Amino acid sequence: MKPDFKNRIVKIALPAAFWLAVWQGAAAWVGQELLIPSPLAVLRQLGELAVTFSFWRSAGYSLLRIFCGALGGTFLGILSAVLTCCSRWADRVLSPALRIIRATPVASFIILLLLWFPTGRVPGIISGLMVLPVMWESVGAGIRNTPQELLEMSRAYHFGRRKTVRYVYIPAIRPHFASGVCNAIGLAWKSGVAAEVLCLPKASIGTQIYYSKIYLETPSLFAWTFVVIVLSLLLEKLVRRILGVKGGDTA
Amino acid sequence: MNLTDLCFSYGEKTILDHFSLELPDTGVTALAGPSGCGKTTLLRILGGLEMPLSGTSDTPPAHRTAFLFQENRLLPGLPAAEQIRVILPRGGDPLPWLDAVGLTKEAETLPGELSGGMQRRVALARCLAYGQDKDLFLLDEPFTGIDPARARSLMDFLRSLDVPVLCTAHDAETLELADRIIRLEGPPLSLTATPRSRHSVPPGT
Repeated sequence: MKPDFKNRIVKIALPAAFWLAVWQGAAAWVGQELLIPSPLAVLRQLGELAVTFSFWRSAGYSLLRIFCGALGGTFLGILSAVLTCCSRWADRVLSPALRIIRATPVASFIILLLLWFPTGRVPGIISGLMVLPVMWESVGAGIRNTPQELLEMSRAYHFGRRKTVRYVYIPAIRPHFASGVCNAIGLAWKSGVAAEVLCLPKASIGTQIYYSKIYLETPSLFAWTFVVIVLSLLLEKLVRRILGVKGGDTA
Repeated sequence: MNLTDLCFSYGEKTILDHFSLELPDTGVTALAGPSGCGKTTLLRILGGLEMPLSGTSDTPPAHRTAFLFQENRLLPGLPAAEQIRVILPRGGDPLPWLDAVGLTKEAETLPGELSGGMQRRVALARCLAYGQDKDLFLLDEPFTGIDPARARSLMDFLRSLDVPVLCTAHDAETLELADRIIRLEGPPLSLTATPRSRHSVPPGT
């Protein structure tokens, strides 16, 4: 057996098997599918869902909404970080607003935005709003921690603004940005699906979770939750690959 | 090149107190003195990296000087050739400069994979490439970590560029290579009362 394969078994398969056994044990002990469905029941439900068109449609639309929202939030977060680091005036105006966004309960935003926007738009906007302060803080920390000696060197050799950004700022910001994005993706999914549950857009994972609750289909609730986790992890893995971040090390 | 009545301080600590000096405008001049006496600060003022509180200097303006920092200050994640290409005009070739410091084979090597002396040579090559069309080289301890034979050949290359050089040093090997030595003490920075080397010259020579 190759050491890499053995390592994976020890690191991933064994803990997974342990928690599956705990889950199975709890389901058997409670003995009511309504309260805790067994892993097998959830897997069966997932199999039934996976062959339907509405499953892929709901998952696809949720992914699109949350991804677009997170992308917008990331862009605005970078812009806010640049502005607040470059201008004292912008810092005074924007920083309190961003801190308020960070501290406001997501449910308050969802209900407020429901009054302003069509239901299909709210989950994306909510994802963006949750991502925005995380990216603002991460990118801002990267800008503030840019090595002063390299900035001085860039001035001494007359790099100009473009070269300074490319060769000094971006390498300094990159680890902070990658760490921020990895944190933000999980947050975007959590808040986006929560918004879908409250807004009930036509095709969405959140709407399916809401119906699971209404019709007391706990295996379905577990199956959709599993889908959210898988999509979130896949998106995070994709972003890690694009940004060149290895494993769990984001810095 | 004349420095007249320069004053500078870091907070409460006075580094230059009405300091005046006449510097030759050809060849290699070494500023010698103990660590912390103010040599680097003087060089930084001449390079436009620090502003004196008062005083004047008729040295070339900051944009006409090439400054080598005491630390290498290489860009992380860029191989040796790219470190130089960054400061060259578009299409400029970094290889002759790497060749001058004996690092042609290391063109694609990242700074972290080079020894301390090699990193210093990359920093020096970058400074030489930048300063090829400038009026003054300001080199802060240029040969730190570089063996004496290599330092000698680098100094010969520097002379071939025909641009005046002002460098700081406190090791005997580097001082031996200079055309003139100005011995300093401080802070506040001042010329030593009694020159300790036959190379030492009074200002204006």
